[in-house]
Amino acid sequence: MNDLPAPAALVRGRHLRKTYDAGRIRVLDDVSLDVRAGEMVALWGASGSGKSTLLHLLGGLDVADAGELTVCGCDPRDEADRLQLRRRHLGFVFQLHNLIPDLTVAENLRVPALAAGLAADLTAARVRELAEAVGIGHRLGHRIQDISGGERQRTAICRALMNSPPLLLADEPTGSLDEDTGDTVFALLRHLVHERGIAVVLATHERRFAEQCDRRLRVRHGRIEDA
Amino acid sequence: MRHLALVFVNLRRHKLRALIGVAGIGFGVAAMLTILSIVNGAIGMFERILAVDSHYLVFERNVSDLFFSSVPDRDVAALRALPNVESAEPLLFGLVTSGDRPIITCFGLEPTNPRLTKAKWLAGRPEEFGQVPGAVWLGARAAEFLEARAGGRLQIGRGEFTVAGIFATENGFEDGGVFLPLRAAQEFFSREGVSSIVAIKLRDEARGAEFRQAVTAAHPGLMALENREFNRSYTQFKILHFTAWAVGLCAFLLGGLGVANTMLLSVFSRIREIAVLRVCGFSRGQVAGLIFGEAAVIAAAGVAVGFALGYAALFALEHAPIFHGYVQAVVKPLMLGGIVATALVTAVLGAIYPAQFASRIQPAEALRYE
Ligand SMILES: Nc1ncnc2c1ncn2[C@@H]1O[C@H](COP(=O)(O)OP(=O)(O)OP(=O)(O)O)[C@@H](O)[C@H]1O
Ligand SMILES: [Mg+2]
Repeated sequence: MNDLPAPAALVRGRHLRKTYDAGRIRVLDDVSLDVRAGEMVALWGASGSGKSTLLHLLGGLDVADAGELTVCGCDPRDEADRLQLRRRHLGFVFQLHNLIPDLTVAENLRVPALAAGLAADLTAARVRELAEAVGIGHRLGHRIQDISGGERQRTAICRALMNSPPLLLADEPTGSLDEDTGDTVFALLRHLVHERGIAVVLATHERRFAEQCDRRLRVRHGRIEDA
Repeated sequence: MRHLALVFVNLRRHKLRALIGVAGIGFGVAAMLTILSIVNGAIGMFERILAVDSHYLVFERNVSDLFFSSVPDRDVAALRALPNVESAEPLLFGLVTSGDRPIITCFGLEPTNPRLTKAKWLAGRPEEFGQVPGAVWLGARAAEFLEARAGGRLQIGRGEFTVAGIFATENGFEDGGVFLPLRAAQEFFSREGVSSIVAIKLRDEARGAEFRQAVTAAHPGLMALENREFNRSYTQFKILHFTAWAVGLCAFLLGGLGVANTMLLSVFSRIREIAVLRVCGFSRGQVAGLIFGEAAVIAAAGVAVGFALGYAALFALEHAPIFHGYVQAVVKPLMLGGIVATALVTAVLGAIYPAQFASRIQPAEALRYE
């Protein structure tokens, strides 16, 4: 792999290692990767291969044991940088929607804006715009438990994009949906990020989704290789 | 406060749990309000009984309660003879029963006592006090609950008396008391030749220290205290104050545990949700703030509930026939402020550990459990 980062590299990881259980479980071993602005990269691998672990490292939810990592100019080992990373530079979408039940769709969408201290009028405009873009504009006042699985996942995508991050980390975003709904949501996601020039790192074990990405990185035995 | 939706969502979700926290603080507030204002009122009333138009109180040294204090009549006379003393009014306290009233305070006093002239006479005349043999005088409330009329007969203890006069005083203890001339009271309580306290009015108040020394020198068994000193040093008042605060704080301790419990359950039941907030960019401080916000809402609701309960309790106690005249709640603004502050501090203290726990949740770990 080229050691000189491309000018617009959002993610630059070198020789990342992550172990659990005091080093006995080695999940990632010498992983290096670059992600450039606007590109959609699939992390493709079997269950348990370490996709989520890698995404957590990129998103500053967890810290690598060794190696170098820069994400959007931030150092995920630093608490203050991690906070900025989550607030400004990236959004997360999970397999489970992870929305807050009992709050409405709109209230859920406001959460990242609250964290970042976005002005109320800007927040309101952004909520409406994103919701319209994914086709849930008519659902803003509904509580999470009253909308469908597909709508929940669309809401989760909107929430991840609330603060206009340049990078989206998606961990099996269609994993809890039926095939048709999954396809629809994935197409929507792909359309949205292409349109806005957002880079995506997508963890998936499904070939059909991996094949629709710009690049595929195969995750296996703690390493990744181009596929 | 744009976090309001987040603060309230959890309280709405677990209404019963939130209610337990509110009730904890509410009972603390109500208990403190009731106890403190009743004790304040009682102490105020008692102070006014002792210190009507006087500067010093003289009583027996080393007695645990004024009911047990004995000041011999000849000492009263000696006090009156002191040059700086304008008046010395002996007062003998006793407890009597009448009808279904187990405890009525009885005051034995001399006709010159200023409280007689200061009272508002509803029946009889102050000049007659002590002039009518076998007679008793009643406070207005005592007359009411004993259903006695002027001129009627009244059974007190084993004696029977004629009601010679009824007068109203502002003081609940006095208003609910019965009055006998000092001699008659001494005889009734078999305490011939003594009174409980002597209220001293000086000609020159500035020379009080001199008066005190004279008392100590001539009567080693007695002691003289300024009214203010007396109120501060009187053990019963101290005990009352201490008890009031202790009971109030215990109530609040329980309230604090209630909040801690509510908030801990609240945090434990949404570890995943808190992890998601962190992923969405909430800092540790913002997460802690959310928990403190919830606790503050609980405290505010608790204060409202507590004041409502407390005032209702005070109203009920003041108007309960058995406490007639003895409960005069005195609510001071500073006390209310103190109670609100205590409630808030209690809630915040109760929320410290839950908030700390919440702010330490590791998103990656919490999100792994499905
Ligand atoms: N906290 C932990 N302690 C011990 N082992 C862990 C821990 N977290 C993850 N692992 C292990 O690390 C490995 C990789 O897990 P990871 O969740 O990253 O896999 P994945 O590729 O996302 O799998 P899936 O497709 O099922 O989501 C698994 O074998 C898992 O058991
Ligand atoms: Mg995974």
